[in-house]
Amino acid sequence: MSSGGLRHLPVILTILVALALSMVPLPGAAAPFRPDWVALTMIFWAISLPRSYSVGVAWIVGIVLDVAQGALLGQHALAMTVIVFLTVRFHLQMRVFPLLQLSATIFALLAVYQFLLFWVNGVVNVSAPAVSYWGPVLTGSVVWPLMYNFLTGVRYRVQLGS
Amino acid sequence: MATARDTSTNPARIPALGFRALALVALAVVLMYLDHRDNHLDTVRDFVGTGLYPLRVFVDAPARLWEWTDDRLQSRTVLQQEVERLRREQQVIRARLLATNALEAENARLRELLEAREQVQDRVRVAEIMSVDANPFRHSLVIDVGSREGAYEGQAIVDQDGVIGQVIEAGPFTSEALLISDPGHALPVEVNRNGLRTIAYGTGEFDRLDVPGLANNADIREGDLLVTSGLGGAFPAGYPVAVVDSITRIPQRAFAEISAQPVARLDQVREIMLVWSTPPNAGGTDADEDAREEGEPDE
Repeated sequence: MSSGGLRHLPVILTILVALALSMVPLPGAAAPFRPDWVALTMIFWAISLPRSYSVGVAWIVGIVLDVAQGALLGQHALAMTVIVFLTVRFHLQMRVFPLLQLSATIFALLAVYQFLLFWVNGVVNVSAPAVSYWGPVLTGSVVWPLMYNFLTGVRYRVQLGS
Repeated sequence: MATARDTSTNPARIPALGFRALALVALAVVLMYLDHRDNHLDTVRDFVGTGLYPLRVFVDAPARLWEWTDDRLQSRTVLQQEVERLRREQQVIRARLLATNALEAENARLRELLEAREQVQDRVRVAEIMSVDANPFRHSLVIDVGSREGAYEGQAIVDQDGVIGQVIEAGPFTSEALLISDPGHALPVEVNRNGLRTIAYGTGEFDRLDVPGLANNADIREGDLLVTSGLGGAFPAGYPVAVVDSITRIPQRAFAEISAQPVARLDQVREIMLVWSTPPNAGGTDADEDAREEGEPDE
């Protein structure tokens, strides 16, 4: 049990860091281009450890993100569940993709994520300029290779340690 | 070890993945419906929000540290100049306050003559902004005063220049506020010069409010100051909101296109003030009492 708890600790830490990054105040011009750190982190863990971090964890993280951003409760949970479902469903293919192709896939996943947020916003009448939807998709797929390398490093280092 | 388990036992099949995903999506939709329809989920929000509080403080720490060092490292001459400036400003304000006191007394007497309800002075409390643009789709910010200190939903927020927004979600320790520039925000205002009533809508831009619904021949000019009319119930009357900066009158249209620039610099504020105004209901009274206990009627 204790070793099981310890096993989750690094992953929880990375998710908390991603959450913190998504809450850090940014200057006005940069704010629309903030990558979806939490979504990227969840996609990484869903590719790497799909049995431990699948739709259930994604849903809970989504709810926390909803509260953190003051969004409609369930909005990010819905979007996060859908993209993590897609990731887990195709995680075997995604593991063997070359990095460029993987980034393109991430672009598509982030686009789906933003589209779901946009859709819910439309239903409840929250209007926002288009850049706030496309900005994170672009920057997200650009930072993905860095993020992928970093989190892979975290993953193997931690496993060597335990 | 986790990977060993993950990859060794037939990794292609994750049991009941589709079903679980579907159930969770359905659950999310139900949550959104409940959250949108009415606020049954405030307790959930408060609970998770309280858990997030340490993270918020952590995220906010660098900005605070920067401010702190900035304060410490200012040179002596700069500080002396600052003190000098503030002293002068205080003298001016004090002189003005004397006149205001006299006017207030006169106003009270006149009101008595008119048998009008006595105007209660608004109480304010300084609050600090913890994070801005938490949600990219809205113009909102998180402040460090929560319902424990008397903040309530719909409470007005101002800074020294004018109205900034209102509290939309009062958690126990922090509250979320919506700026007047949010596309979903509407504020009942009147033209200070002649009392013409209208509504100012947010546009999603920090430096522009929309003022639709005034006829082409309405008596409004560029440079007119818009102040809160107090008719919405949430905002106390008489706080400056925006200055009209452009009016386009197109003869075929029924309404003039008017835009106004907020007097408060919405994208640059750091310290704001919460206003407890004349209590319209019992909830307001509680907040008032709390404010008095806090003992910080900043005037």
